[in-house]
Amino acid sequence: MRSLSIYLFSFFVVAISVHAQPSAMARVKGGYYIPLYGMGKDQQVYVQDYYMDVTPVTNRQFYAFIKAHPEWSKSKVKRIFADANYLHTWESDHSYPEKFADSPVNFVSWFAADAYCKCYGKRLPTIDEWEYAAMAGEKTKDARKDSMYIKKILRWYETPKTQTLKVGQSPPNYWGIKDLFGLVWEWAYDFNAIILTGESRNNADTDKGLFCASGSIGANDLMDYAAFMRYAFRSSLKANYTINNLGFRCAKDINNK
Amino acid sequence: MHFRGCQIKIVGRIGRTLILTGMCFGMSCGTPRRPPQPQTTEIHELQEPVLATEDLNDEMSIFHLPSFWHTQNQDTIEFKDLKGNVLVVVMFYTSCKAACPRLVADMQSIEAKVRPSAKKNIKYVLVTIDPEVDTPNKLKKFSKINKMDGDQWLFLHSDEESIRLFANVLSVKYAQISPIDFSHSNIISVFDEHGILQHQQEGLGVDNEETVNKIINLSH
Repeated sequence: MRSLSIYLFSFFVVAISVHAQPSAMARVKGGYYIPLYGMGKDQQVYVQDYYMDVTPVTNRQFYAFIKAHPEWSKSKVKRIFADANYLHTWESDHSYPEKFADSPVNFVSWFAADAYCKCYGKRLPTIDEWEYAAMAGEKTKDARKDSMYIKKILRWYETPKTQTLKVGQSPPNYWGIKDLFGLVWEWAYDFNAIILTGESRNNADTDKGLFCASGSIGANDLMDYAAFMRYAFRSSLKANYTINNLGFRCAKDINNK
Repeated sequence: MHFRGCQIKIVGRIGRTLILTGMCFGMSCGTPRRPPQPQTTEIHELQEPVLATEDLNDEMSIFHLPSFWHTQNQDTIEFKDLKGNVLVVVMFYTSCKAACPRLVADMQSIEAKVRPSAKKNIKYVLVTIDPEVDTPNKLKKFSKINKMDGDQWLFLHSDEESIRLFANVLSVKYAQISPIDFSHSNIISVFDEHGILQHQQEGLGVDNEETVNKIINLSH
């Protein structure tokens, strides 16, 4: 309880300091899960308890961050940290299309997303944390075998321009988290940790392996297929890329004191 | 791969297009189902702000990185403290049995080939991806054992976040695959004296002639 109140307090202080409300967070109880690509085949990974933003970061929220940290504005950001399309939809340093105020911020680089989360005492979720939270359905922690769950994801993959929708409109999942699917793809802290196997002597073919061969090896059912798309997408990224359908949300450790 | 000013954009863009094409191709060989499009990534026309080449170069400099590093000699430095040096950089970890000894050997081989024509401003930088194990002390020992204790060798240690950020700048992928092992890409990167990435050599035991020549040209 004490840690919760400290947490709420710091949350409040941060909120005041940048004059905007960052996303509320949901608590996720950790556990074991088997990632599509992990330490080894079918190897379980333990995920600690953590907090995760309920919704992806919006344009409005990102603007509040930029006001406090102008070095991340459209005109000031260094190219090493964000490519030329950074905040492409924004009209200027100080204005984003009003109709997208509560839509996920997009065209943001990993560096910018990382800086945003740090500004609020948070961090980007790891791939494992993201995948762990995302396997939950509305009623269960692991809905990956549920055909409706899979259909929903694949339907989204097929729908264009979902990044213009408002956040928070869909029902929360088991953990109280929304929009993990349906609006944008999201940056993970260790998005560049994707290497297919422990074979570190052979790096030249890892990308090829991930895109073609692994498509037939790993993605042998639709559940894996949906996840495979995410892993493949992440692996295609570089940290200064900014893309129309890629946003982010933050996570946070739970202080067990 | 060339990383200079505008070119990085083009490389990035072509890369992205290829990747998307590759993904679709991958689908057709794996699944009979109609390949769902990953919400199409719009490839926007280049809209480079008009920047002088110099400005654009400066924007790509690793001297902008905010992180602090500890050297094998317990000094605390930022990359901008290395301004004026050509930097030859690799990410590795000392307890690695498979790839790293060869990566380190590659660095030594490059250093040896560059040395006869070398000017003084070259630093060979080995950045650990295993900060828990590879303390500055451990790095110091490693440098002695491997006879890499001249001034040209720099071993860097930092916190996990700074290392991850730096790996992202180099496009080096790494992951801890067991308590003692990491999987990582084997990339040797060359930065000019302004901190701009000029050349990357990927793979182990590859012909390093191009890398060697690049370093010699950049040092003056």
